[in-house]
Amino acid sequence: MCLGIPGRIVEVTDPETMTAMVEVGGVRRPTNICFIVADDTPPSAYLGEWVLVHVGFAMSLIDAAEAERTLAMLTELGEIQAEIDAMQQSNEANFSLRGTDHGHEVCR
Amino acid sequence: MAMKYVDEFRDPDKARTLVAEIRGLIPRIPRAGERPLQIMEVCGGHTHAIFRYGIQQMLPEEVEFVHGPGCPVCVLPMGRVDDCVAIAERPEVIFTTFGDAMRVPGSQKSLLKAKAEGADVRMVYSPLDALAIARKNPGREVVFFGLGFETTMPSTAMTLIQARRAGQTNFSLFCNHITIIPTIRAILDSADLQLDGFIGPGHVSMVIGTRAYDFIARDYHKPITVAGFEPLDVLHSLWMVLRQLAEGRCEVENQYGRIVPEAGNARALAAVDEVYELRPFFEWRGLGSIDHSGVRIRDAYAAFDAERKFSVPNVVVADPKACQCGEVLKGVIKPHECKVFGTACTPEMPLGSLMVSSEGACAAYYSYGRRERVPA
Repeated sequence: MCLGIPGRIVEVTDPETMTAMVEVGGVRRPTNICFIVADDTPPSAYLGEWVLVHVGFAMSLIDAAEAERTLAMLTELGEIQAEIDAMQQSNEANFSLRGTDHGHEVCR
Repeated sequence: MAMKYVDEFRDPDKARTLVAEIRGLIPRIPRAGERPLQIMEVCGGHTHAIFRYGIQQMLPEEVEFVHGPGCPVCVLPMGRVDDCVAIAERPEVIFTTFGDAMRVPGSQKSLLKAKAEGADVRMVYSPLDALAIARKNPGREVVFFGLGFETTMPSTAMTLIQARRAGQTNFSLFCNHITIIPTIRAILDSADLQLDGFIGPGHVSMVIGTRAYDFIARDYHKPITVAGFEPLDVLHSLWMVLRQLAEGRCEVENQYGRIVPEAGNARALAAVDEVYELRPFFEWRGLGSIDHSGVRIRDAYAAFDAERKFSVPNVVVADPKACQCGEVLKGVIKPHECKVFGTACTPEMPLGSLMVSSEGACAAYYSYGRRERVPA
């Protein structure tokens, strides 16, 4: 019910009723864009924009910068995790080599 | 076909990282005894994603999803379905509805059965499609079954605004929209619940914004993270909620910034406000009556209100005795613990509405989780 699907505005077919063609997964469908068009902006200014489509209406402009930020955060988390894994492995190695006096503090 | 920010949020490596991070957080979160941390996903779309991608199975046993009431089809009381059928069976009516409402059982029959018996019931993708049917059939009365939370409300509101502008007198809406905030409040006030935090609904929030949830953190001291619907979104949001718990914070966080602006969608909210007003109360399936949890059509749009145009029976019908949808909805029991789960109640022959929609906890459990959960 509340699911939406990302699509791209490819043509404004009727500026009067704010109807546009939105391509969703290769299929074009008339979609109402009244909720995402700002008052002082012509609908044509939104050609090429990605939007979230729900029951025939574009409900939100997809913020590419925000998406990239979230993905970057997840990537960073992965890198930190890899670092921690490496650190732990190295610690385990160091523990087993205790006797040879690689004397730095290990943090566990 | 490329779809923006879908595949990127299904990366299995990143999912593994998040699960490892979640495991790492668990020992830092204070818990009452052995009870697992219970995080409610409010929205049925999240319930569906959790089952479809097997997210619960990836998690340590100390964390548990509680499936919330955010499936509009699932919380629709039987009496309202009976009202739909009564309208649909009038000879002059073309009754239009979203597909997932077709199979919801009424006390006598579903819309699908009414259709099989000769009623003109048509599935549409958008309320605008229903309005187009009205334009093409000036001799008939076209009724659209308006259903859903704030995600769907702006679309039906705008359809009525367009119908009024066009003077389309043979079109009306049977309004069964419900609102999310009183619903969450009712859950938080319910005595038998012990939730630790919330995964907030993504698409409701793109309309109402994230500030609407401030009371959850402020008054009830529970963390909430508004979440997207891809598997990484759900895991990332869960991690954010658990991180709040580990750090002793209760805040409203937004994981779904690519879709959800903090202030919501002002134009969509204006359309909702133009057409709808709060009802004093609305009857929910399984949950009973919740104050101010539904909306009705304002007087200015009375000519487009199916409830005023046709006399509907409006009878309150009790849920079937064997059906435990209410307890499942409140998270008191798990779907498979219901007496009729998988026997008298299946997706093919649903007894309760949670078995109908793919967003319903029982249908999701049945389709995706059954083998792991139900001992042979």
